[in-house]
Amino acid sequence: MDMIVIPAVNMTPILPEIFLSVLAMALLLINVFVPGGQKTYLAYISFFGIVASAVLVAAGWGSHVESFSGSVVLDNFATFFKMIFLVAAGLAVLISDRYMEREECNHGELYPLILFTVVGMMLMASGTDLMTIFLGLEVMSVSLYVLAGFNRANKKSNEAGLKYFLLGAFSTGFLLYGMALIYGATGTTRLYKIATIVGQMTLPSANIMLVAGMLLMMTGFAFKIAAAPFHMWTPDVYEGAPTPMTAFMSAGPKAAGFAALLRIFLLALPTLQAEWSQVLWVLAVLTMTVGNITALRQDNIKRVLAYSSIAHAGYALVGFTAGNGTGTAGILFYMLSYAFMNIGAFAIIILVAKKGETNGNVSDFAGLGFKKPVLAVVMTLFLFSLAGMPPTAGFIGKFYLFSGAVQKGYIWLAVIGVLNSAASVYYYLRIMVYMYMKDATEEFEWVQVTAPVALALIISAAGSLIPGIIPSIILEYAQMAVKLI
Amino acid sequence: MSNVLSLTTFLPILGVLLLLFIPKDSKGVLRNVTLAVTVVTFLVSLIILTGFQSNAEFQFIENMPWIAAGPFVMRYNIGIDGISLWLVILTTFIMPIAVLSTFTAVEEKVKEYMICLLLLETGMLGAFISLDLFLFYIFWEVMLIPMYFMIGIWGGKNKIYAAVKFFIYTMVGSLLMLVALIFLYFKGLEAGITDFGLLQFFSLKLDLATQIWLFLAFAFAFAIKVPMFPLHTWLPDAHTEAPTAGSVILAAVLLKMGTYGYVRFAIPLFPEAAHKFAPLIATLAVIGIIYAALVAMVQEDVKKLVAYSSVAHLGFVMLGVFAFNVEGITGGMLQMINHGISTGALFLIVGFIYERRHTRLITDFGGLSKQMPIFATIFMIVTFSSVGLPGTNGFVGEFLILLGAFEGQLRWWTVVATSGVILSAVYMLWVFQRVMFGELDNPKNQKLLDLNAREITIMVPLLVMIFFMGLYPKPFIDKMDPAIKKLVAQVRISPATAQVIPVSTQTQIPEGHPGAQQMPAGHPGGATPAAVNQGSSPAPQQVTPAVNPHEAK
Repeated sequence: MDMIVIPAVNMTPILPEIFLSVLAMALLLINVFVPGGQKTYLAYISFFGIVASAVLVAAGWGSHVESFSGSVVLDNFATFFKMIFLVAAGLAVLISDRYMEREECNHGELYPLILFTVVGMMLMASGTDLMTIFLGLEVMSVSLYVLAGFNRANKKSNEAGLKYFLLGAFSTGFLLYGMALIYGATGTTRLYKIATIVGQMTLPSANIMLVAGMLLMMTGFAFKIAAAPFHMWTPDVYEGAPTPMTAFMSAGPKAAGFAALLRIFLLALPTLQAEWSQVLWVLAVLTMTVGNITALRQDNIKRVLAYSSIAHAGYALVGFTAGNGTGTAGILFYMLSYAFMNIGAFAIIILVAKKGETNGNVSDFAGLGFKKPVLAVVMTLFLFSLAGMPPTAGFIGKFYLFSGAVQKGYIWLAVIGVLNSAASVYYYLRIMVYMYMKDATEEFEWVQVTAPVALALIISAAGSLIPGIIPSIILEYAQMAVKLI
Repeated sequence: MSNVLSLTTFLPILGVLLLLFIPKDSKGVLRNVTLAVTVVTFLVSLIILTGFQSNAEFQFIENMPWIAAGPFVMRYNIGIDGISLWLVILTTFIMPIAVLSTFTAVEEKVKEYMICLLLLETGMLGAFISLDLFLFYIFWEVMLIPMYFMIGIWGGKNKIYAAVKFFIYTMVGSLLMLVALIFLYFKGLEAGITDFGLLQFFSLKLDLATQIWLFLAFAFAFAIKVPMFPLHTWLPDAHTEAPTAGSVILAAVLLKMGTYGYVRFAIPLFPEAAHKFAPLIATLAVIGIIYAALVAMVQEDVKKLVAYSSVAHLGFVMLGVFAFNVEGITGGMLQMINHGISTGALFLIVGFIYERRHTRLITDFGGLSKQMPIFATIFMIVTFSSVGLPGTNGFVGEFLILLGAFEGQLRWWTVVATSGVILSAVYMLWVFQRVMFGELDNPKNQKLLDLNAREITIMVPLLVMIFFMGLYPKPFIDKMDPAIKKLVAQVRISPATAQVIPVSTQTQIPEGHPGAQQMPAGHPGGATPAAVNQGSSPAPQQVTPAVNPHEAK
């Protein structure tokens, strides 16, 4: 009788994942067995868990370890993205507590779910097998569906959860179908092996099964990163979900989607770059333009940022279209900066909003500039960073993304990108117009900055400003991270 | 004092840090501290002026590593030559005046206003001293933010419209320039250039088609800032709505960014394209001169009139610069400073009467000279300066521009532009007459007070400069002359370089290419870039002698 031989497994590449999973399960149990309505301690435990996990992740910088028969890898690329996820999750946890209390949906399950999402995203970034990546994606998505609908008493939150679930499931179908076709065409799901086999094909672009698989996978991920024309769910979900979760969703999962996209397309399908970059070109232009043009007409500030988040995916796709070192390093840099600036902006929105998610229109910011000057200055910083004005991280990020395109010869793509960027300035300015140039109708006396929120704001402000002045501190790592793929 | 240039640039930022610690209710302290900071900045900048050697080299250079990531190397590379020197001094000179003018004009949100002013000063100085293209771009963009808030928060009735229009107009231009900048960098990288340092790019040889595209992108960004006809529409709005200090800085310094951009970047980086577009740009400049003068004539609002006069004056600057000879560019540079002083002074004057009467309509005034004799005298001197009366600064600049342009290849443009001088006298003297002379029949005007000591203090330095530059411009010209001569030599299209180009592109275009032969020689710049692109091989050879007869002899 043959024994099933289990190969020696090296657990180091997934240590942070294991740590966070254990922590999440522990938190679930603590939540059940410790009585009382106050869940603040869970937020603190999660935050410190995230910090500890960040230390674990950082310790892996520079190493290259493959494990689980080459289906998971620990490399700088994965490490960089894991840091982005942890930043997004850490900031989201910091801004969640007070919000959840205000909205009276302070259930302890929130924090374990955030941690599970992070585990899923981490697997997506470090997976080198289509199945691992898919597994990670599902872990992430299922947790996110719950998080989007977390405010059970709120109709819009319910709608967000359901919508996200239905469309997410739909897009997963595309993704899986694409993966199946790739498997059919190459006979493997390991990315390295796919690359070898596709490399040996005489004319891979004529292999219909392969190309169809590639396109279907792209569609699946386009849903996840909210690229037009697969972005329809985004505004509704972003508006309905609890604001801290919107902030988290716009930064973390989007970065995870890009991580998986970059890994699959640059590692497994570089021979088809001429084909997929054409599709991406169109996708990038559509995404930027649709996002920005639609954002111009929004009044609800969460919807403004939802559409702006679509546009930002478009900018990142510009760098992806280029697919060169400059462009991909730009994506990494941009995703990290975006986590800081966008979550920071959402933190301010949470502060200004009132119970039941009211007071969430752009006009409700009228006069904030002189009633709460510090908050307004910080918000201004986030908005300028989102708009891509120097000297902020957002500018440097866009500079590298568009440079990648110019370097590769996609000059018109860069031109369309900057024109979009100029159009986007209008709706960011509009928020500032209300903050500084309209008279206050409110005293904003309900705006209370608690310690965790203050910490989140300080971290986000520093993350939006400092890399804009000394970009090397992050760009160097981004450059190293993309060298491997 | 090796880093006096950095010190000048960032002193205002230190001032901002100081202001943050002053409570916002102590308005007097805030004002005086800001004034002190700008005065100290001016005094420090005088060290630069006295230490500046009259030669063509860049001086006070500081060059430190800043960013090095991926294909890009950006350095903190600053320095000035005779061209940027005077703009730096103009900026530091105008700032205390602008600050002093706000002492009674701005009563609300004083702290924020002062912070904006100081941030703006750093942005403007930084843009003038940058020798790294990327660094320049950063300062160029950063400048927008405080100005946007100044117009939008402390402006007039349509402030929001004006502020957003100002911001977006400028942003569109500069973002296109950014793409050109990146493209230029990669071109340089291929040729062995190692960073964004401006001076290295001067020796970069680009083929004409590339030059044309890049020049268009740069020229578009700068044309919006100048502003040149027909991209000028943001200016009257911004000027009319901005608070007095904002208008003064906008006119005196910010608009010079555009013309400076041509002189420092667009022309020397892409000399052949600049020559090719000279007729087009000169045409737009002349249209600007005449059109703005005509529009100014029928304005009812004094401030709007001054704003349009700005457009006309900067048209002269552009005309001089695109003459590509020493006289023209010297005149253009002098006119930049003159315009800073005289239009700055005009906006201050408009501010004075607006503060007293809260109206700027010409029909609301008349006969003020009887009530306000000091004001009348000052206004008259400034008016003379603005119309370019001999003996005032305005004359020297305009004369040199017209001389340079006439001697250059822009003879017929000069003839038309000269009529603009007459038109400017018409609208300026007419507005002066309607406001100052006639019957003092409006009862509200009968109680007006003449200028107080503070207001006179503001105007005296400007008046001194008006006469000093008008009667003895030599020290100014001496300092800028070597740099301008060098620039003229740099942009001169020698037959040698003109012949290099066809060799490099000939291979791409088959002989007897129909597009190449149909391309008329000396096509007046209005050619679409695509057409120019096709015809690039024969065009330079034929254009060169036609474009630049002055340099040839």
